[in-house]
Amino acid sequence: MPEVHLWSGLRGLADGKESVEVEAGTVGELLDALVRAHPALQEAIDAGVSVAIDGRIIAGSLTEPVPEGSEVYLMQRLRGG
Amino acid sequence: MALDDSKREFRFVGTRPDRPDGLDKVTGRARFGADMNAAGMLHGAILRSPHAHARIVRIDTSKAEALADVKAVVTRADFAEVPFKPGLAGEVWNVLENVMAGDKALYDGHAVAAVAATSALAARDALKLIEVEYEELPYVTDVNAAMRQDAPVIREGAADFSVPDDMHPNVVRRHESGHGDVEAGFAEADLVIEDSFETEATHQGYIEPHACLGQLGKDGKGELWCCTQGHWIVQKTCAALLGIETANLRVTASEIGGGFGGKTTVFIEPVALALSRKANRPVKIVMSRAEVFRATGPTASASMDIKVGMKKDGTITAAQGEFRLQGGAFPGAPGDMTAMCAFAPYDLKNVHQVGYDVMTNRPKQAAYRAPGSPMAAFAVESVVDELCRKLDLDPIEVRLKNAAREGTKASYGPRFERIGLVETLEAAKAHPHYAAPLKPGQGRGISCGFWFNHGGETSVSLALSEDGSVQLMVGTPDIGGSRASMALMAAEVLGIPYENIRVTIADTASLGYNDVSHGSRVTYASGLATIKAAKDAVRKLSQRAAAKWGIPEDAVKWEDGCAVPSGPNAGDFDPLPLAEITAEMGQTGGPISGHFEATPEGAGVSFATHIVDAEVDRETGATKVVRYTVIQDAGKAIHPTYVEGQFQGGAAQGIGWALNEEYIYGEDGRLQNAGFLDYRIPVASDLPMIDTVIVEVPNPGHPFGVRGVGETSICPPLAAIANAVSAAAGVRMRHLPMSPPRTLAALKARDA
Repeated sequence: MPEVHLWSGLRGLADGKESVEVEAGTVGELLDALVRAHPALQEAIDAGVSVAIDGRIIAGSLTEPVPEGSEVYLMQRLRGG
Repeated sequence: MALDDSKREFRFVGTRPDRPDGLDKVTGRARFGADMNAAGMLHGAILRSPHAHARIVRIDTSKAEALADVKAVVTRADFAEVPFKPGLAGEVWNVLENVMAGDKALYDGHAVAAVAATSALAARDALKLIEVEYEELPYVTDVNAAMRQDAPVIREGAADFSVPDDMHPNVVRRHESGHGDVEAGFAEADLVIEDSFETEATHQGYIEPHACLGQLGKDGKGELWCCTQGHWIVQKTCAALLGIETANLRVTASEIGGGFGGKTTVFIEPVALALSRKANRPVKIVMSRAEVFRATGPTASASMDIKVGMKKDGTITAAQGEFRLQGGAFPGAPGDMTAMCAFAPYDLKNVHQVGYDVMTNRPKQAAYRAPGSPMAAFAVESVVDELCRKLDLDPIEVRLKNAAREGTKASYGPRFERIGLVETLEAAKAHPHYAAPLKPGQGRGISCGFWFNHGGETSVSLALSEDGSVQLMVGTPDIGGSRASMALMAAEVLGIPYENIRVTIADTASLGYNDVSHGSRVTYASGLATIKAAKDAVRKLSQRAAAKWGIPEDAVKWEDGCAVPSGPNAGDFDPLPLAEITAEMGQTGGPISGHFEATPEGAGVSFATHIVDAEVDRETGATKVVRYTVIQDAGKAIHPTYVEGQFQGGAAQGIGWALNEEYIYGEDGRLQNAGFLDYRIPVASDLPMIDTVIVEVPNPGHPFGVRGVGETSICPPLAAIANAVSAAAGVRMRHLPMSPPRTLAALKARDA
């Protein structure tokens, strides 16, 4: 199961946990699973998040695969100028 | 998206052909936002609040409407109802509120009403007849003052989930991240420096003011021509603000005279459309420079506290920062990005960063090249520089010792993929600039900078002509030479000359959705899509050749612009050039085009290192930058001249930001310097030759290895220049811009 690391600003919404293990094959499933495990994360995820999978930053695509055993970080949604 | 088609040897990519828009630009033939006209066109003008914060008690437009020349007047009531939501979830509401004030005017320059008349002069005159009764309210324009408990409240309920309850309502978003134990890290250090820094708001300073021509009928169908970095976002936003279907508004992007992030949203476009809908005639609006300053987005200003611990050998043991950014009277200041970029160049065991997005009575901030990162680099790299000075360490060696590399856990969380920071530092160390002697009174500064880069929704279409020439349609306005880069990448795949490919920025009715030209994404994402679209065309061309030869499709390959048999067993046929296939395409299956649509994810982060020499006049406090070298990882430079132009442009804008540019607010809450006479951007005589070194560490997420280059180049300059000025002046400069009066005051304080 991928282990999803939360930035510290989110931990208060996930019972203080630094990381959450979820069952997911794609980014979209991963975000859904996070909200199921910790409903308070809904607003943060709705506001926009990016995901880094083994270092590769996925800015917004929900269909990107999450390989088994990958290191996943939730990140603030990236914006540019 | 998996890339199984990476290419590292090139025929066209990496060459420097003439720019395709060169003749249009030098002859004046290029059509910018204000160059579009229509029969029966009216001219729009916008009435703006003179107050920093005021309740709008009453607006009486009757006298203006009575004028024969006036054909329409609009206020907020002429726009759609949009639901309010906190934070960035309410961005459509935020944009509407900024485009036309609702109950309150929130900053000096905030639009409150607009007029369409038969001439620009008549429209401006009519504005004087609109009576607005204001109830002035207390205001705040400084970020730290806006966070204090006694600060005037700009809008209740704008804060999102991330802000603790005990903070002032002006604090609307909070970001916190990091890892390790910073206190333990500081305890291990031989020297800890804690300091505070400020940067002022600066404008992107594009030379072309915002301009548009809009028409919207009572049937809800419309057309809009405007200068923008992204016409699909204009289409979507205008449709939402006017309550029409997105597909009923066709938007065409003009040539663009600079954007730098500031043209990624709308200001006048929905107003022109609302006026047109009411007047039933096309309406053109062109902003004055004063309006551009007062009412379009400058960058956020910042107030920052940094603490870094270092061992005598240069090892950084811990780093922490608090970044407070004000972004005007709306959520959106990039406190989060500032915090995430701040320590990214370093491999840190212990790091902690907090960013705040704070509202003040100023115009709504807009993105400006790597939003947030330049300010963060200024603060962090100043402290690192001071540590190097105090510990008598070489600033490049210290950065190399602590540099982030492939596999390093980034300060913002994940591990880096292949990155090129070390390569830029090694190139800086080896550059003659770094070893060159300094004259008395001069100082040298070094800084690294980091930016994420972006992918985004992208659609590209490529149509072949019978004569073998190619029309390539992209949806990302060309703000940095992308037409040339796209043509080079298509030429590389198709194997035909660069000159045979014409690249057009298609309108919203001609192509699928495209994200804005922002996030340094265009050469990466539109480039990737161009390569894939060209490959789609090559596949179809090969099919035609296979059919002609009567061999299987997989027995044909594409080489140097021709279909050829894939091997001796495929048959003995002469190479079939592209133009011979297209000449017959109408009779062999129909027109041939290539398409690609995706949201590429793999932009690849990028780093730069800058070296600056500066000289400070001790009598006037004026600073001159005497030598400047930009070293940056471009992944792969498609058209190196444009890449160098981006590097130089970032340095030039950084020099302005560091030395002179700032929004100055008076005690009355009004902007004091809304013009280029009093807001000083660098001119050619202010700049030295800006030398460039292109480092190429290929990005694994792009077929040719491209990393975006547009934004990273503005990340190091503020810090590198501040470090150079601090060395030259003998005093640490903590507040940008380092304008002559501020530098003179610092020199006097040092001597006192």
